[in-house]
Amino acid sequence: MPPLDEIIRGSQIWKSVFRHPAPVDRRNRVVVMLTNFFLHLHPVSIKKQGISLSYTWCMGGVTFFLFLVETVTGVLLMFYYRPTLEWAYNDILALRDVASLGILREIHRWGAHAMVITVWLHMYRVFLTGSYKPPREFNWVIGVVLLLLTLLLSFTGYLLPWDQLAIWAITVGSNMARAHPFLGHEGPGSALLTLDGIDMITNASDARFGLLGARFVGEETLNRFYVLHCVAIPLAAALLMAIHFWRVRKDGGISGPL
Amino acid sequence: MHGHVSYEDFILQVAGFLTAYYLFVAVMNAFAALYLWQSGRAKVLLRLPGSGLAVTTAHVWLLVAGVFTILSAYATNGGAAALSLPAAMREAADSIMGPVVYTVGSLVLLAGLYLGRNFFVKPTVAWAGLNLSLLLMGLSMTDMDFASIVMKPDNVPIVAMIYLLGYFTWLSAYKAVQNDERTARGEVPLEKLDDEKVLVWPDLVYTELICMIGLTALLFVWAILLQAPLEEPASSVKTPNPSKAPWYFLGLQEMLVYYDPWMAGVVLPGVVVGGLMAIPFIDFNKLGNGYYTINERKFAYCTFQFGFLVLWVTLIVMGTFLRGPNWNFFGFYETWDAHKVEALNNVDLSQYFWVDLLHTGRPKAPDGSSMFWQIFYIIKREIVGIGLLAFYFGGGPPAMVIYSKFFREMFLRMGFVRYMVLSNLILLMALLPIKMLARWTVDMKYFISIPEYFLNF
Repeated sequence: MPPLDEIIRGSQIWKSVFRHPAPVDRRNRVVVMLTNFFLHLHPVSIKKQGISLSYTWCMGGVTFFLFLVETVTGVLLMFYYRPTLEWAYNDILALRDVASLGILREIHRWGAHAMVITVWLHMYRVFLTGSYKPPREFNWVIGVVLLLLTLLLSFTGYLLPWDQLAIWAITVGSNMARAHPFLGHEGPGSALLTLDGIDMITNASDARFGLLGARFVGEETLNRFYVLHCVAIPLAAALLMAIHFWRVRKDGGISGPL
Repeated sequence: MHGHVSYEDFILQVAGFLTAYYLFVAVMNAFAALYLWQSGRAKVLLRLPGSGLAVTTAHVWLLVAGVFTILSAYATNGGAAALSLPAAMREAADSIMGPVVYTVGSLVLLAGLYLGRNFFVKPTVAWAGLNLSLLLMGLSMTDMDFASIVMKPDNVPIVAMIYLLGYFTWLSAYKAVQNDERTARGEVPLEKLDDEKVLVWPDLVYTELICMIGLTALLFVWAILLQAPLEEPASSVKTPNPSKAPWYFLGLQEMLVYYDPWMAGVVLPGVVVGGLMAIPFIDFNKLGNGYYTINERKFAYCTFQFGFLVLWVTLIVMGTFLRGPNWNFFGFYETWDAHKVEALNNVDLSQYFWVDLLHTGRPKAPDGSSMFWQIFYIIKREIVGIGLLAFYFGGGPPAMVIYSKFFREMFLRMGFVRYMVLSNLILLMALLPIKMLARWTVDMKYFISIPEYFLNF
């Protein structure tokens, strides 16, 4: 009888998934990159300098990996957590004290902090190697938006435990929107926006109200931030990441001296 | 932690951590010594007379490892309390430290590192600096006030970030200095040497796999060792003091000391994002694309480092570790006392001008006057500030071209639009340090103070 791995690799099921032999020789190492959906993100071959860790710091890749970790742990946490005033805090408390996989919350939170740091480090590296220079200008711009989305992801998630730390951090952070020029009711110029003598920008119609869904951080805010955190921002970030990675390839691959 | 735990109990709690911490530093140094010895990179420092035995850097780091091992053992035996900085030293550090000393000190330190980069990037020097900072960190951990802030679960990542940023700043400067020396000799940058192509499978995908496994392990260990914070249930009536935004926004919260929310929370963050996006379009320098260098792009390097390391990171560190109740400044070893009173004597520019200089009192519209006259009087009252601001943004860009050869050449090479974007971004970035200086030196509150329309600047 042939060895087990040969039986597996020779089976119709295996071949239907992987349409070529194991990547042990040069030809199949090329083929694997071209035929595998996940690997086709990469080129087939790359300059040695472009994969040197001391050059890239791997921070973009680490950030992407952390995004995946956050997605997986986040989806699992969503099965458990209910974003209502009645349950939000208790569910987190239960995650800490009684739920079997409560450690998922720790991984999710520390992964989020780490992601903020790694995305900064990625930007730092890209700047220091001048990799935003032509032809990669536009990809840098997408990267800045992704950096912003990472911060907003973390910010919206900060509210969900519904403890003192959460609501006051969001209160302090969102108070800024109150002072938005023209669009905040305590911002310069908002007094000019009147219609027949009635103020259009009040504490129930300004930028802060739009962000919080209420005049203060309450249940509406919890719902709004939950949807932003779990659906809206991740979708936007995923789309931009796809473009970001695609543009890395289209703009000449990883940067290097000309 | 405060008020509940006695110092003896606190030391018992922290002793276990310090034992592991010093042991970790010792192992780190032992590995460095082993690496230097094995790779033959150890530098001979001196030869013992007579025997001719060489003392190398490997021996030094081995000795350092030994010292840290002893510290580790000492911390276990309940001696952790003795492993502290002298109280007098801590008090002196606290009394010296303030927003001015901290901010200017950070700037001076970074400027010194930049100017002396050829010296500071040497691995031996950088490693010694790392050891020193780790020792200082360990000695500070026996201080209750220091430990209570640094050990807050959400603050731990910031400590990690400081070290990561330090490491990567060193690494990039190390490579940049090497490349700059090579360029001076007419050689190509180091990155150019590895020009040959390799297959992504296995050379890249295996690295990625190892990275993913390592990161997963790290996250698990981190999650097990450190519990995510969960405070009391949210209450909209009990305001904590201090109330802080999430840590990555604390630089912005710190700006609130100097600017009103519409500037610190909306306009300046917007400028940061817009300015970052504009970088590729205003940096016309073709050099330094795809390799580390400082000399070939000094202006871009310094501007970015000033914005990132000084105005963003050090302000976050200050907002996190040094701002306590009522957003008052506290030294590293100072108790966060909610009753600390700091005198606020800040004065508006219009007050200085109309009251202190002209002795006439600030102009005020007569009661019952129309909207037009009210605004007229407001503008008259704030005319000096408005004039200064108009002069700053209107006169700044042309003045830079006229009086600075550097910016003149830039203007000629960049063209009008790009130059205006660049110069205005720089002027906007400089607003924060200018306001800081004005606050520290002449207690300036607002250059333009129009509370009637929430327009304080």
